Amino acid sequence: MTRYVLGRLGSVVLILLAVCLFTYLIFFKLSPDPAVMICGKTCTPDRINSIRDVLGLNQPILTQFWEFLRGIFAGRQYGSVHCPAPCLGYSFQTNESVWSMITARLPVSITVAVGAAVLWLLAGVIGGLVSAVKQGTWWDRTAMALALGGVSIPNYVLALLLQYVLVVKLQVLPFPSAVPFADNPVLWFESYLMPWVVLAVGYACLYARLTRSNVIDTLSENYFRTARAKGLSGSLIMRRHALRPALTPITTIFGMDFAGLLGGALITETVFGLNGIGKMAADSIAKNDQPVIMAVTLLAAFFVVIGNVVVDLLYTALDPRVRVVSS
Amino acid sequence: MTTSPTLVEVEEAVPSGPLAPPTSGKRVVTTITRDKGALACLVFLAIVVLMAVAAPLITKLSGWGPYQFDSAAINSDLGGVPHGSLGGISGSHWFGVEPQNGRDLFARIVYGARVSITISLSATLLTGILGVVLGMLAGFYRGWVDQVISRLMDFLMAFPALIFMIAILSSLPSGNRPVLLVVVISVFGWPYLARVIRGQTMTLANREFVEAARASGAKDTQVVFREILPNLRGSIVVMTTLAIPGFIGTEAGLSFLGVGVSPPTASWGQMIASSVSWYSVDPMFFAIPGAFLFLTVLSLTVLGDKIRTLIDQGEAA
Repeated sequence: MTRYVLGRLGSVVLILLAVCLFTYLIFFKLSPDPAVMICGKTCTPDRINSIRDVLGLNQPILTQFWEFLRGIFAGRQYGSVHCPAPCLGYSFQTNESVWSMITARLPVSITVAVGAAVLWLLAGVIGGLVSAVKQGTWWDRTAMALALGGVSIPNYVLALLLQYVLVVKLQVLPFPSAVPFADNPVLWFESYLMPWVVLAVGYACLYARLTRSNVIDTLSENYFRTARAKGLSGSLIMRRHALRPALTPITTIFGMDFAGLLGGALITETVFGLNGIGKMAADSIAKNDQPVIMAVTLLAAFFVVIGNVVVDLLYTALDPRVRVVSS
Repeated sequence: MTTSPTLVEVEEAVPSGPLAPPTSGKRVVTTITRDKGALACLVFLAIVVLMAVAAPLITKLSGWGPYQFDSAAINSDLGGVPHGSLGGISGSHWFGVEPQNGRDLFARIVYGARVSITISLSATLLTGILGVVLGMLAGFYRGWVDQVISRLMDFLMAFPALIFMIAILSSLPSGNRPVLLVVVISVFGWPYLARVIRGQTMTLANREFVEAARASGAKDTQVVFREILPNLRGSIVVMTTLAIPGFIGTEAGLSFLGVGVSPPTASWGQMIASSVSWYSVDPMFFAIPGAFLFLTVLSLTVLGDKIRTLIDQGEAA
């Protein structure tokens, strides 16, 4: 088991390196010269050259890549400016340190992701479970019809719709903004409510459908019949024999979905103007701010890779059938 | 480009192995035509597909092309808000006009259908093939095959797909946008299907009936196609069912974020994007493309769901 975990961690590092290199190469190859961009309109060849020197753009690309990696762990010197570790460079647009841009925006993204995840897990799993147990009743049919509708509405359409109805017409909610919890808990809740709902609806409906179909599948398994035949109580059977195998695939999907969101809910944050990692990504792409794009891609990849490892470990712990295989 | 396969064809094409599924395509069609809700979805989708195929003809009938400006339909004193109520719906502009430049919304919806349908169906087909084949290979052969495919999946899934799709699409020269979109969506999309298929293949490969088939001398290919694939059909149908509308959403989302189909080509997502700054004064501008996007995705989801139920019943029988 320890060897397995170590192996997985090793591959995490490799994957992150590959993502890093791939991103670096793509942006190096495809983007316009950063030195020209920083220099602006009143630019002389001399200045371009000195900027290139400071940024290390005259060196071979692999050396540059190595410098970038080293900067993350050991800090880095840009001419006379020292960039302390973890150094991800400075934004071409604002000259701000990319690391401090990230740390300033991460809380917003985490708030959005965690709130939405709690909502969709609760709604999805409970809704799906009840539907499966009450299969064929009006509850089941209504819930599943709603779930189909919820899966189908694109989140920016839902965002605009909610915003039009709740903010413009009825005026029951404020326009979403990243209010810190400590300043005003009520306003905090009100202004994050719409982003949470918008982000959660699609996932909740998807999870409800998955949970329902998984539970119904397990109800027809042999071991489930055996459990019932030997006279176990209804709730115990549900918990141990129906819910657990049915939730294993949900865990896998949840881990990936949630990890993906930590890197920024790009569309939701952009539509609501919440200044999180996702919006930062959209803005930096629009302005071709390479150090920021690079950092966001890496950060998001980091979350996803870690999420995958956690999911894999959980999967082996939860599903005995896979455990037998891997040993 | 416009003769895209229908949903039923796609659904049928992906899961069927050499062994004919117990639920025949004919039975699916007859049952769906008897169900009122499913029939409504089918009719709506047929209309959308028809719009997509016959777009130039339809706009000739309605009188306005997708790129024609109509400055008479908008009120330039009010910053370009359409004349009349409901976003300028009238006899000549059936769905009203765009604020500011007065382009006919009906024509743009019709042309937008083309883009959405073609891109999403192509992406689904490509993703389905890649996901099922690679997922089964990894789950069945294990060992180094699994290692290679799994690491590739990890690598692709580790990419924050949306950010990366936007970044790639925004830095690539605007050549053939639709093809680029299909490729980018599929390349980042297949691992999600393949991962599920791989996991289930692993579990299935340990089941008694697979052992029985092996004991009676079945070769690998026979085990894969006759024992494992039919059992995966349910998951494949559910996953691809959720994928088609998902891809319609992704395409619209990328166009919404301004890196999809490049203007002035109409796309539903792009129309919604341009409506963002107008939603409080002209709600019809986002309501109409939003409704079309929603109804198309909903119809596909409902139909796919019906097909899944039918296949499950066929398996139980």
